[in-house]
Amino acid sequence: MRQLLKGNEAIVKGALLAGCRAFYGYPITPANEIAEAAAYYFPRCGGTFLQAESEVAAINMVYGAASAGVLTMTASSGPGISLMSEGISYLAGAELPCVIADITRGGPGLGNIAPEQSDYWQVVKNGGHGSYRSLVLAPSSVQEMADLTRLAFALAARYRNPVFVMADGVIGQMMEPVRFGEPAAVPPRPQWAVDGTAETRKNLVSSIFLQPDELEAHIGKLGAKYAEASRRETRLESYRTEDAEVVLTGYGIVRRILRHVVDELRGQGIAAGLLRPITLFPFPTEEFERLARRVPLFVAVEMSTGQMVEDVRLAVSGRAEVKFYGRCGGNLPDAAGIVEFVKTRLGAMEASHA
Amino acid sequence: MPDYSLLHEQPECFYEEFERKSEWQRQTHYCPGCGHGIVHKLLAEAIDELGIRDRVILISPVGCSVFAYYYFDVGNVQAAHGRAPAVATAVKRAHPEAIVVSYQGDGDLAAIGAAEILHCANRGENITTLFVNNAIYGMTGGQMAPTTMIGQKSTTTPGGRDVHHDGYPMKVCELLSTLEGPAYLERVSLGGIKQIMKARKAIRKALEVQMNGVGFSLVELLSPCPTVWKLEPVNARDYVADEMEKVFPLGVTCDRTGARVRCPLPPDPPPLEAIPGILGLELDETAGGKPSEGPRIDWRIRVAGFGGQGVQLLGQWLAEAGMDAGLHVSWLPSYGPEMRSGTSNCHVRLSSEEIDSPVVTKPNVLLALNEPSLEKFLDTVEPGGVVIYNGVGASGKAPRSDVRFLERPFTAIADAAGSARTLNAVMLGALREVSRALPEEAIESAMRRLVKREQWRELNRKALAAGRTQVREEELTHA
Ligand SMILES: Cc1ncc(C[n+]2csc(CCOP(=O)(O)OP(=O)(O)O)c2C)c(N)n1
Ligand code: SF4
Repeated sequence: MRQLLKGNEAIVKGALLAGCRAFYGYPITPANEIAEAAAYYFPRCGGTFLQAESEVAAINMVYGAASAGVLTMTASSGPGISLMSEGISYLAGAELPCVIADITRGGPGLGNIAPEQSDYWQVVKNGGHGSYRSLVLAPSSVQEMADLTRLAFALAARYRNPVFVMADGVIGQMMEPVRFGEPAAVPPRPQWAVDGTAETRKNLVSSIFLQPDELEAHIGKLGAKYAEASRRETRLESYRTEDAEVVLTGYGIVRRILRHVVDELRGQGIAAGLLRPITLFPFPTEEFERLARRVPLFVAVEMSTGQMVEDVRLAVSGRAEVKFYGRCGGNLPDAAGIVEFVKTRLGAMEASHA
Repeated sequence: MPDYSLLHEQPECFYEEFERKSEWQRQTHYCPGCGHGIVHKLLAEAIDELGIRDRVILISPVGCSVFAYYYFDVGNVQAAHGRAPAVATAVKRAHPEAIVVSYQGDGDLAAIGAAEILHCANRGENITTLFVNNAIYGMTGGQMAPTTMIGQKSTTTPGGRDVHHDGYPMKVCELLSTLEGPAYLERVSLGGIKQIMKARKAIRKALEVQMNGVGFSLVELLSPCPTVWKLEPVNARDYVADEMEKVFPLGVTCDRTGARVRCPLPPDPPPLEAIPGILGLELDETAGGKPSEGPRIDWRIRVAGFGGQGVQLLGQWLAEAGMDAGLHVSWLPSYGPEMRSGTSNCHVRLSSEEIDSPVVTKPNVLLALNEPSLEKFLDTVEPGGVVIYNGVGASGKAPRSDVRFLERPFTAIADAAGSARTLNAVMLGALREVSRALPEEAIESAMRRLVKREQWRELNRKALAAGRTQVREEELTHA
């Protein structure tokens, strides 16, 4: 059946269906419904829910649960993710799987609670210290909130690494019909977990590597994991890009607006396409590269002053023009504004080539 | 026959050789005369005596005891600075049968981790904390700790701790004793053999408290740090006895072990097949309809009114009904501070096409449940749009002549139909008459999901009908 559900609630149901049984969190708008739904459903499914005293405590509880071999998650928004950064670095360093939902809002500082996408740098590039990465999935519908949360747990377990589900406040707050799959069994405790049993007594969870050579080797091992994830896990959505003369790109709620913009531009005789990263790390660099051999103009649209656009520029690497269109503060980019922007840019390019 | 008698043996729960160390694998990394070594030994002996080695999970902190996992042949988790109580909390909840020990220094526990220990104790987590108070930051080379003594020199209090500048030594046991969560708190000392014997007992008791499942236990150990204090081990030990014990009185500050009963273990989890039902995923197989073959529509609806008028529910009802009618739908509430002001509004889209943005800035349908909402949103309505207003007398002064406008005292109509609380249903009935895009069955099936009690369903049906009688197409005025 389909169920009309908030994006935030879809995350919780998706998590439980994936076998997650431990949730630790701290309230923050616009992510509150995640903790609230978790408080209701986790204990009923035989899991643990605990409201921590802060995001610092919450992420360290996640660290504890993961050390103990439980599939676990937390959820927050920008200010809380800032506080969690240290813990996320420890989780990655100790190679512990977990899922973190970031329902993004306006910043910096207290900013506001309206939707922005200005957490890209801190989530995709790492707010925490050290040479680690988090895998980052960016849903753009309530259905994807459910599906990508499920995928997030699979990736977290496969790579023993934190995985983010990062969605803006609109996707978290909105209701849409969603369909769920069958429940997955709670996975057996991994062999490396610390269980308080004779069999696991020799196990140690730690991110310390005191000798420079040891730490270098450990970082190398992490790097190899990220390289493998880049090869295997990159996900993207391509819409009408094959003959495009301009490729629009954006994620989350922006992706939906851009699909509409592409159709609108096509209706006006402009060959527009949409390349939308579903994984922000690993970023679909190769596809951008491939398209940049042929497409002269890329337009990145974000609800920020331009963060993901840097990755687009890196991928395109000077082969094509990359322009940025953004709104922030909680404003959404409107389709008409983007259409105008694209037409102006294309016009300017033609004029300079003429 | 050996010609010696064994007086002392290394506790079993220490590793024979410390293979996790890179060198000197037969000795610890602690300085001679350091209290950590003594506390480790006391803990190891207690674990052996209680026969719990396989069950113990030790959480190492950040501080000189960061490498506790070098020595203890138990399950080990190393935590970030100050966060051991949070880590321990989740480990214990994952494994209620494990014996979880968090081991912390005074910088770790009383400074950077003050919030975590306070809340862990207050929740009465069934774990044991060993708190090594050496009045200084050892690992980072001797900076002030929250427990540094008045006048005591440290690298960051070169003139000695000054109460006007740095405040007072923090008395953690007394502080935690004000909480109701802890079961057992005791301060002991390593200032002499007698004191160490008491410390031994206290550690054992703290572990037993956890084994009995009666709640949080903590033992604070006044402990020498000869290296940073720049004292000979013997003098450092005497400093603990002669100076620290004066400032930090020894003894039990809290013992509720007699009054507490064992915290019950969580019930067995439900079987996997039960999970979809628990998540409400098997409620109604018919929900969600086939793609609509009706007329193409693109409703961009704004519903607005006071909190408590059923604004959000009306929006969800529309979206649920749209879903059952096979349309693409979305619903988005206004959230946060807007909710505080007593007003409430939401965005609903029902469309034959995939929905790009759920945000409705230019509605073609406005349901205004009160006057402020009409004032706020009337100007945003698209020309040709529909406005249904709960009130009277607005059409005279409303400045829009390009929208279709219906005003009625819908609250009174709802009241007459059975209950003023069905205002939203009356307005939905009116909208249904204005545009017949939503089939009646969809409105009914949506309502059955949203309204659980048959009595209220019946009232809603009456209200829907009452709303519908209010409108005839030709009646729509142009405001
Ligand atoms: C977030 C963070 N801040 C600072 C440090 C540096 N640091 C390491 S140990 C320590 C103090 C430890 O003192 P204490 O807890 O008293 O333990 P001791 O070394 O005296 O046993 C500090 C500040 C750190 N590791 N992490
Ligand atoms: S510095 Fe102090 S606390 Fe650290 S090992 Fe040496 S004596 Fe012990």
